[in-house]
Amino acid sequence: MKKHVRRGLVTLVAGAAAMFSLLLPAVGQAETIKIGAVLAETGPSFLGVPEANTLKMLAEELNVKGGINGNKVEMIIKDTGGKPESAVSFTKQLIEEEKVFAIIGPSTSGETMAIKNIAEQTETLLLSCAAAEVIVNPVAKWVFKTPQMDSDAVKKIYMEMKNKGISKIAVVVSNSGFGKAGKEQLLKIAPEFGIQVLIDETYDKAATDLSAVVAKLMANKEIQAVVNWSIEPAQSIVNKNIRQAGWQVPIFQSHGFGNIKFVQAAGAGAEGVIFPAGRLLVAETLAADHPQKEVLVNYKKAYEAKYKEDVSTFGGHAYDAFHILCRAIGEAGTDKAKVRNAIENMKGFVGTGGVFNFSAQDHNGLGLDAFEMMTVKDGKFALYQK
Amino acid sequence: MDLSLFLQYLFAGVSYGIIYAIVAIGFNIIYNTTGIINFAQGEFLMLGGMISISLHAFLPLPVAIALAVLITMLVGALIEVVFIRWIDQPSVLRMIIITIGISILIREAALHIWGEGVRALPYFVGTAVTSVSILGTRVSPQVLFVIGVCSVMVVCLNFFFKFTPLGREMRACAANRRAAILCGINAKNMVTFSFMLSAGIGALAGAVMSPITYTQYDNGTGLAIKGFTVAILGGLGNTLAAVAAGLLLGIIEAFSVSVLPLAFQDAVAIAILLVILFLRPHGLFGNSAAARLQEF
Repeated sequence: MKKHVRRGLVTLVAGAAAMFSLLLPAVGQAETIKIGAVLAETGPSFLGVPEANTLKMLAEELNVKGGINGNKVEMIIKDTGGKPESAVSFTKQLIEEEKVFAIIGPSTSGETMAIKNIAEQTETLLLSCAAAEVIVNPVAKWVFKTPQMDSDAVKKIYMEMKNKGISKIAVVVSNSGFGKAGKEQLLKIAPEFGIQVLIDETYDKAATDLSAVVAKLMANKEIQAVVNWSIEPAQSIVNKNIRQAGWQVPIFQSHGFGNIKFVQAAGAGAEGVIFPAGRLLVAETLAADHPQKEVLVNYKKAYEAKYKEDVSTFGGHAYDAFHILCRAIGEAGTDKAKVRNAIENMKGFVGTGGVFNFSAQDHNGLGLDAFEMMTVKDGKFALYQK
Repeated sequence: MDLSLFLQYLFAGVSYGIIYAIVAIGFNIIYNTTGIINFAQGEFLMLGGMISISLHAFLPLPVAIALAVLITMLVGALIEVVFIRWIDQPSVLRMIIITIGISILIREAALHIWGEGVRALPYFVGTAVTSVSILGTRVSPQVLFVIGVCSVMVVCLNFFFKFTPLGREMRACAANRRAAILCGINAKNMVTFSFMLSAGIGALAGAVMSPITYTQYDNGTGLAIKGFTVAILGGLGNTLAAVAAGLLLGIIEAFSVSVLPLAFQDAVAIAILLVILFLRPHGLFGNSAAARLQEF
């Protein structure tokens, strides 16, 4: 044969052989399931680190046990620094380059809203660890969230205020997505409980001193309670400034307070704060037959042993997202649409945030009973006794 | 507004204001000796806070702070020797870019060393909620410490520049570098010393405000911007004007909260800066002739 013809044939045969060898592993062998995560590990909050730690811990545990139906799980975690633009670019990278099966996160509501449409359009399963109601209302087919509803948190707070006879309040929120969503819910739901919001102010999430706004609140003598809604360390500064000014007003906070680091940052200013949170923070004090007790205590022990820091509710949201996803993959295999359906139909899933009951209209699965009212006593979280 | 409310706003304003003033003085010292705007100024405050927190783990508080100030001064000197000293006839733009780069470098190094978490020194006196009563209003003792320490620093600096030989040499360098060299003053060392001094006062301010404002690896940038605003407001290069401008800005910011929503607080500061720059470009207390002389 002529030289170039022979060379052409060799290339063709080699190419065909290469193609075959590429196809072979896909047939009948275990595939690694790639799960992406976009978390705010750095940035002004204490959210991302417990979430990332939890995901790494759970992925390791799962792979040691052999994975899901023999398929190992690979966590690809990206740090967004809490910035929505980074969340968008990392999400696109995870979907287009890494071709992940699903995405867990982001940590904050602002970031989640930035990527909600991307997930929906690319039909990528998104399990957010952020709390704002707007993430699942209006419902997007592919978007779920594991933290409890901020509207339920607001209702719990108002119910407690009603018990105490409080009707005139001040609301201070941080200027993050969580804060703004919380303010919307606080103002919307107040009339239902006969509560009047006299002053509402927004503070910068990176603020270093808020004594000026505390002075403004103190000037209004009719205020009977202050609601401080934020997920950033700045919320601790509000507490400190209020007590430093000698004001003993009852302070209510959001479920964004659920990390002991916020209590430490506020020091004695955190004593007596009342806030709704998942039961993870008081896992040991639950009754032995409480459906969540085993899950909570096991997670708490494993996390604290591995990372030598207290659990926070934020890590719990990542725990729930991971286990919900893995249970769905275990039931439905690796077809995305089937896994999505499996999540949507999941009922009675016991997680750290509560017992989840999903449906086509409810992509959160938690209700008012997922919350327990907590307080801070002697620098530790405790159940709130009325 | 009754007296106690007025005083509450006033204390809030003075405590912000004096921090801005210290950052501005740091800018001024370096600007006067070298003509450089050092955008890494805010990082010195952050380092002062972070290093004292780390040292406090095994040293008593005053020693930890003193050592942190010394270490930050060494960092300042190092920055000058490594990045600034060997550049001949630097253009303003080049130096600005270099100092911005240095600030990013320090910030990322801090992120690696101390992580992204928020830390704070313990309150010098009492806890997070103790407060003293002054004329009917309650104020945290830490605020009084911040105001006190920074005021003492300003007075000492004034004394230093006016009456000590080293201070006079620095002023000579600032006024006319060539003449100073002819008089036998080592101008290069004066530049290094100005960096050290700026770093030192920044570090002390950063340490003393840490219990109130928390210290985080990226604290420095916001402070540098506000401090630069104040330096311009007072007239770049003029130390006492920086103090006055800083207090003015802090007080206006605090009182603005009583009439405007809090969310506008930063906008007020920038709006004031813009107005001043349109009406009196060389700052409130500067005048165009003096600006050329570059006196302290």
